[in-house]
Amino acid sequence: MSKSKRAVVRPLFYFTTNHSILDAHNVTLIRPLITLHFTPGKYAAHVTADYIDMNIIEVRNVTKEYSNHIALDDVSINIPKGCIFGLLGPNGAGKTSLIRIINQITGPDKGEILFDGQHLNQSHISRIGYLPEERGLYKKMKVGEQLLYLAQLKGLSQKQAMEKLKSWFIKFDIKTWWDKSVSDLSKGMQQKVQFVSTVLHEPDLIILDEPFSGFDPINANLIRDEILELKQKGSTIIFSTHRMETVEELCDNIALIHKAKKVLDGPKKLIKEQFKTHTYFVEYKGDLSGLEDIYTLTPEKELENGYRRTNIHLGETASPNDLLRDLLPRAEIRSFGENIPSMSDIFMRSVNEVPEA
Amino acid sequence: MRNIFLVIRREYLVRVKKKSFLIMTLLGPLLFVAFYGIVIWVAIGSVDTKTVQVLDESGLFKNEFKDNETLKFAYLDSSIDSAKAKFKGSEANALVYIPKNVIKEPKSVRIYAAKNVSMDLKSEIEKVIEKEIEDIKLEEAGITHKILEDSRVNVSSETISLSDEGEKTSSSGAATVIGGICAFLIYMSVFIYGTQVMRGITEEKTSRIVEVIISSVKPFQLMLGKIIGVALVGLTQFVLWILLTTALTSATSAVLSNKMSKESPEMAQEMEKVQKGMPGPSGMPGGNVENPVAEVLGAINSLNIPLILGCFLFYYLGGYLLYSALFGAVGAAVDNDADTQQFMLPITLPIIFSFVFAQFVLRDPDGTLAFWTSIIPFTSPIIMMVRIPFGVPAWEIALSMVLLVLGFMGTTWLAARIYRVGILMYGKKVSYKELAKWIFYK
Repeated sequence: MSKSKRAVVRPLFYFTTNHSILDAHNVTLIRPLITLHFTPGKYAAHVTADYIDMNIIEVRNVTKEYSNHIALDDVSINIPKGCIFGLLGPNGAGKTSLIRIINQITGPDKGEILFDGQHLNQSHISRIGYLPEERGLYKKMKVGEQLLYLAQLKGLSQKQAMEKLKSWFIKFDIKTWWDKSVSDLSKGMQQKVQFVSTVLHEPDLIILDEPFSGFDPINANLIRDEILELKQKGSTIIFSTHRMETVEELCDNIALIHKAKKVLDGPKKLIKEQFKTHTYFVEYKGDLSGLEDIYTLTPEKELENGYRRTNIHLGETASPNDLLRDLLPRAEIRSFGENIPSMSDIFMRSVNEVPEA
Repeated sequence: MRNIFLVIRREYLVRVKKKSFLIMTLLGPLLFVAFYGIVIWVAIGSVDTKTVQVLDESGLFKNEFKDNETLKFAYLDSSIDSAKAKFKGSEANALVYIPKNVIKEPKSVRIYAAKNVSMDLKSEIEKVIEKEIEDIKLEEAGITHKILEDSRVNVSSETISLSDEGEKTSSSGAATVIGGICAFLIYMSVFIYGTQVMRGITEEKTSRIVEVIISSVKPFQLMLGKIIGVALVGLTQFVLWILLTTALTSATSAVLSNKMSKESPEMAQEMEKVQKGMPGPSGMPGGNVENPVAEVLGAINSLNIPLILGCFLFYYLGGYLLYSALFGAVGAAVDNDADTQQFMLPITLPIIFSFVFAQFVLRDPDGTLAFWTSIIPFTSPIIMMVRIPFGVPAWEIALSMVLLVLGFMGTTWLAARIYRVGILMYGKKVSYKELAKWIFYK
């Protein structure tokens, strides 16, 4: 979204640069687009700064309180455009509360939400698609009628909805379902219908709360491919899930909420970087005695054919090359690498670090 | 606004397309017409002539028993014993024995019959005998036959309501019937459609679609859309009922009067008069056939039908809106139909009370109870409809209507507060205390 007023005179040539401004966690806050306009007859260059909102959602200091507990405590999260964003946290952490606030089902007690740079309002409803964890369909309504109804509630006209539905029915090969009652469909089939209803109006932001629960592996794959395709087309996807393998596979950015507070957020790669323990694994044949004076070694594991596996923690000063140099005279190395923390490890560590309230 | 319209349309179409709606819509008028037909049939149709033998030893009752449609009298001249013996072989239904000294011992009259005689026959015979003995005794006391004739008047009162529009013939009988029917219909529809709203909301909650919907529609819009949609279903049903019933009753009347003109031309005339809205025969001098059905039907035409119909629609809608909001709140507060019971009582009590009060108000439509219960919004939809056919001052109707509108705005507000919290509460049994808390949530 461009907010600047450009010079009326068409520049002869111009030079642009963009450098993102990052916050402490390396999350893009804004990306100013600085354009230098060189216009004939004028000596000075016009300099305009175009601020591109990189975030589809900005959650700013949001607090939500219920009568007996705090669901969100001063939470700020930015969700960059075009990414798959994992919203993680244990049960009852506040994920659903945050999602409901973004969907304008409830409002925050304090703080504000920006959608694509604007204050969240009713006009944004049609730009969001939401698949809640507690989801269902009208049991006695026919599939076609139901999808038409849900699409029209999202602002599509009957005709638009019809056209889009047709292509989805062909794509998922479910043409025969149109006149079926929802109660005649299996649970997996209902999930497909729900997914179609979530994305039919081509929303800019798709919020999926535990999307894969209840899907068999074939359908889960189908949905996963659809999600990736939607991302290709420019939609932003928020995943709320406990399934770390999904996060590992799909998410670009994550935020972790625990006990109503955000404990972690940022691009997945950077977070993994942050959680690195400077530990390397080595699979070898030989004797490593003497190394324990320099490094911290964790108990060995016997592998097949006389190989062993050991994790070695480097101190603050040592580099992996130093370690290799020390290893080479002592053993035959089959495999060597850095231990990258899995999302599951990160999740467990973050959650356990937070002191009990 | 577009969304609320979409919700209304869905709620309406889903219900109107149901088979049960079609069945109820057709069955209602059929039942009514069947009832109407039976009433007319019973009133005019069961003309089954009975023969009564009279053995009059006193000689006072010669030609006093007059034949009519249902009874034919035959005078006997034999002794009682032979009459009794012959009676068994004859086709007569009863044998009346009047002894000589009947004036001194009126209780000595005997009615013999193969089976028990009907109360009607017994009272008919007793009436004739009583009257004759009375006449004889009066004459003995010096009152001439002429004075007696003059003193006999036939009273059939006409109630005249005094209103600004002048005097108008009314019928308290008809008003009672119409008031009762309206009250009953409102009572039923508040229950039927109110619970439909409640069920619809619980269904959305248990099928877990509600969160999907309220990510597009505001909870208040969803609730209001459902309430209005169901109200329209009710209106559709009433309009269809009225149209179908009118069509069917006219057809039934036509068939019946056609049939009667063959069997009994006199009755056919009565029916025609009734249909044309003329006053019944009892109101006319010289009217020789008593026909209470004709009287009621005739009197109904004397009521202010447009006012009653208009008020009926208003109070149906008002009462429905007031209560369906509360039913809706209950539907949102619970997880399944079985749990609704604990919250239903406080809602159903005022409805049931109004229906009970209605019986008293019918007897005294202008009393203090009638006034207050027809003003208070929770009872007014039923009670005011009971009173309106009897005539109610305009300011009372206006006050009651305004309060009813305020009343349903109040309950809708209250329900909306409970609704928006309740629909997202799964698997939790709520108490009244919690409901109260929800109302005051920000």
